[in-house]
Amino acid sequence: MSKLISGAEIVFKALEDQNVEFIFGYPGGAVLPIYDELKNHKKIKHILVRHEQGAGHAAEGYARSSGKPGVVLVTSGPGATNVVTALTDAYMDSVPLVCISGQVPTHLIGTDAFQECDTTGITRPCTKHNWLVKDINDLPKIMHRAFEVATTGRPGPVLVDIPKDIQFAKTKYSKPKKEKKLNGKIKTKFNQKDIDQLINLMIKAKKPIFYTGGGVINSGPKASELLRELVNITGFPITSTLQGLGAFPGDDSQFIGMLGMHGTYEANNAMHDCDLLINIGARFDDRITGKIDEFSPNSKKVHIDIDPSSINKIVKVDLAIVGDVAEVISSTTKSLKNKNLNLEKSNKQKISSWWEKIQKWRTKKSLDYINSDKIIKPQHAVQRLYELTKNRDTYITTEVGQHQMWAAQHYPFSKPNRWMTSGGLGTMGYGLPAAVGVQIAHPKKLVVDIAGEASVLMTIQEMSTAVQYNLPIKIFILNNQYMGMVRQWQELLHEKNYSESYSAALPDFVKLAEAYGCVGIRAKTPGELDEKIQEMIDVDKPVIFDCCVDPHENCFPMIPSGKPHNQMLLGPKDQEENKITGKGKTLV
Amino acid sequence: MTKSKSAYSTPSKLGKLDTHIIVVWVDNESGVLARVVGLFSGRGYNIESLAVAEIDNKQNISRITIVTTGTPQVIEQIKLQLKKLVPVHKVADFEREDKKVIFKEMALLKIVANQAKIKKSLNACKKYNPVILDKTNKSVVIQVTALRREIDKMTKNLKPLGLVSASRTGAVAMTRGAEIFK
Repeated sequence: MSKLISGAEIVFKALEDQNVEFIFGYPGGAVLPIYDELKNHKKIKHILVRHEQGAGHAAEGYARSSGKPGVVLVTSGPGATNVVTALTDAYMDSVPLVCISGQVPTHLIGTDAFQECDTTGITRPCTKHNWLVKDINDLPKIMHRAFEVATTGRPGPVLVDIPKDIQFAKTKYSKPKKEKKLNGKIKTKFNQKDIDQLINLMIKAKKPIFYTGGGVINSGPKASELLRELVNITGFPITSTLQGLGAFPGDDSQFIGMLGMHGTYEANNAMHDCDLLINIGARFDDRITGKIDEFSPNSKKVHIDIDPSSINKIVKVDLAIVGDVAEVISSTTKSLKNKNLNLEKSNKQKISSWWEKIQKWRTKKSLDYINSDKIIKPQHAVQRLYELTKNRDTYITTEVGQHQMWAAQHYPFSKPNRWMTSGGLGTMGYGLPAAVGVQIAHPKKLVVDIAGEASVLMTIQEMSTAVQYNLPIKIFILNNQYMGMVRQWQELLHEKNYSESYSAALPDFVKLAEAYGCVGIRAKTPGELDEKIQEMIDVDKPVIFDCCVDPHENCFPMIPSGKPHNQMLLGPKDQEENKITGKGKTLV
Repeated sequence: MTKSKSAYSTPSKLGKLDTHIIVVWVDNESGVLARVVGLFSGRGYNIESLAVAEIDNKQNISRITIVTTGTPQVIEQIKLQLKKLVPVHKVADFEREDKKVIFKEMALLKIVANQAKIKKSLNACKKYNPVILDKTNKSVVIQVTALRREIDKMTKNLKPLGLVSASRTGAVAMTRGAEIFK
C-alpha cells in the first residue's frame, strides 16, 4: 500500500516522473503549499521570474530550444491572468507548455474571493485543454494527462488549476501509464497510397517547391535530418516560413530563403509560379499567402501536417497527408529509394529550367539595402552579428517588429531549435524572457535576443532574472526610437501620419543595464560596431547592447497590399515604380 | 465601399451556406458545453439551435446536437476542430435535407382563448403529434414535435388563435434504420 501524500507533493512527483528539471514561476497566496514543497525536490529547480508573462515566455524559450515541455507555476487571479499572453503565444506557435496555477480553496470558488478569477474559463480558448481539479483523487491522473496532451499531436499549452485545499489534501499517488497516443486522443496514420500519390506528383512536376514550417522543428531534430536528405535527393528548391527557419540549412544552395510578406523575391515568385507545392508542417498563414485568390494559382498542392484541422482550413489542397512530419518524410524517402528513383538525376533536366528561373530571380538580390558608413543600418548590424557569431552554436530569440524580420532575413540558421520567435501571436516582449529560458536549457551556449527598443521595454524586468541566475544573455537592441514596423506601415499606408509610433522618451539602455547589474554597451557608428559586438560576446555576463540604427530604415522586400506573391515591393530603388494604391491599402 | 486600412485582407466572396446538424458525443464533465460553444463563438461559427443531455450515465456521455450554417469549408472545420477537443468522443454531421436522418424539435404552446378557438388550435396542430398537457376553461398547453420550419409556421398560425407563450427545444437527430453512427 502506498502512503497518502499531499496534492502539493503529487504535483512534484508527477513533474519528476516527466523528468522536469526546471519550472518557471512566481509565488503567491494560492500556490504557497506547492512552493512549500519545493525544498523537498532537489532535482527540480525553480526559476523566479519578475512577471508571470515572463515565466510563460521563458518556458516557451526553454521548450523550443530543448524540445521538452516548459513548465510554469503561477498563483491564482493576477498570476493566472498575467500568463494568458504567453499561453496564447504558445497556442499559436504550437509550443508545449504545462502551466500549473493556484486557485482559491474550492469552498470559495464563485464567491469573488481575494485573488479569485475564472482561470479555466479565461484560458479555455488559449490552451489545448485545461482542468480545474476539484477532487484530490483526480490530481495524479490529470497531471500525467496534462503532459500527454501538451506534448503529443500538434503540441500546445495546457493548464491545471489547483485550489489551495486540494494542494493540502492527501491521496495515493499513481505513476503515469506509458502509452503514446497521437494528439492525446486521435491515432492518425497515413497510408502508403498517400505516399505513392505524392511520389507520382513529384515525378511529374516541372516546377516543384518545398514549403516547410514549424512542424518540422516540432517533429524533432530527426525530422530536420530527414528533410535535408529528401530535399537533397529530389533536388527541389526549398523555402521556409518564419517558424521553420533552421530545419534546413540557411546557407545551402537549394534554400531560396524565407517566404511571405517579408520573404525573398525568389521564394515568393517560386511559390507563385510553381506547379507542385509541397507544404511540410506549415499552415498557410495569412502573412505567407498574401492574397488568397491569387495564391500559387497553377500548382498542385500537397499538405503534410499532424493536425487534421490545419488541412483545407485556408487553402484547398489536392493531397493531404495527416501524420508526423518525420514519419511522412521518412516513408517518402524510403519509397523513393525503393523505386530507385533518383530524382536528382532523372529529373535534373526537367527541373533545370525551373532552377534557371529561380537563379534569375535571385539576381534581384531582394535582401540588399543601401549601406552607410555614417550611420548603422539595422540589416548591417544583424549581418555583422551573424559574421561574428556564426562559428559558435548560437541561439537567437527576437521580439516582434522590423528587427524580427531583419533577423529572419539576415541571420541564416544551420540547425533546428536555434531560432525562437513569436510568429503567430506576434508578442512584443517575447524575446528577452525567451532568451532566459533558452539560456537555462543551454547554459554554455551563446544566446542573443535580437530586439527592438519598444518591444524589449515590455518585459525588460526579466533582466533582473537573468542577473539572479547568472544567465549571460545578450540583448541586442536595434534602437531606432520608433515602433519601426508601425512606423513603416504608417509611412506606406497612412500618408506618413506617424501617430504615436515615436517613443519621445526612452531610457538610457547602458545605464539601465548597469542598474540591473549587467553590462551596457552602446554602438553609434558602423566603424565601432564589430569591436563592440565582440566585446558583448566576450563578456560572461548579461548584456544590454544599445545599437543606435538608422531610424528611417524600412524592411524590404515586402508583399505590398492587395498584391499576390509575384508583385513584391523591393528596396528603396524599386519603390517609386510600385506605389500602393486604392483598394490595395486594405491588404497588408 | 469605404477604404479600410485594416492590416488584414478583405474577405473574398462567400460561398453557398448550407444548414447542417452536428452531433457530438462528449464526456459529461463540467465545462464541456462551454468548450463546444466557445469553439463556435471563438471561431465565428453560427449556432441556430442547441440540445444537450446526458445519454449514458454509466459511461458519463452526453450528446450535443447543434444546428449550424456555413460554407462546406466551414462545416468541415467545425467537425475537425470539435474532434480536437479532449472530451469529445465522436462527431457526426448530417445535412438537413438528408432523408436517412430524422430531425425533431419539441415545443410547448400555451393558448389562452375561448373553447372554439382552442378547438381550432388543436385542429391546426393535428399533424404534429399534439399532446394536451394541461387544460382549463380558457387555456390549454399543447406539446408538439415537428421540424423547425413546421413549428415556425404553426406558431405563426396560432398567434391569432390565442397563442401567448411558446417554449421550444433545439433539434435532436437520429439515423433511420438499424445502423448507428460509429
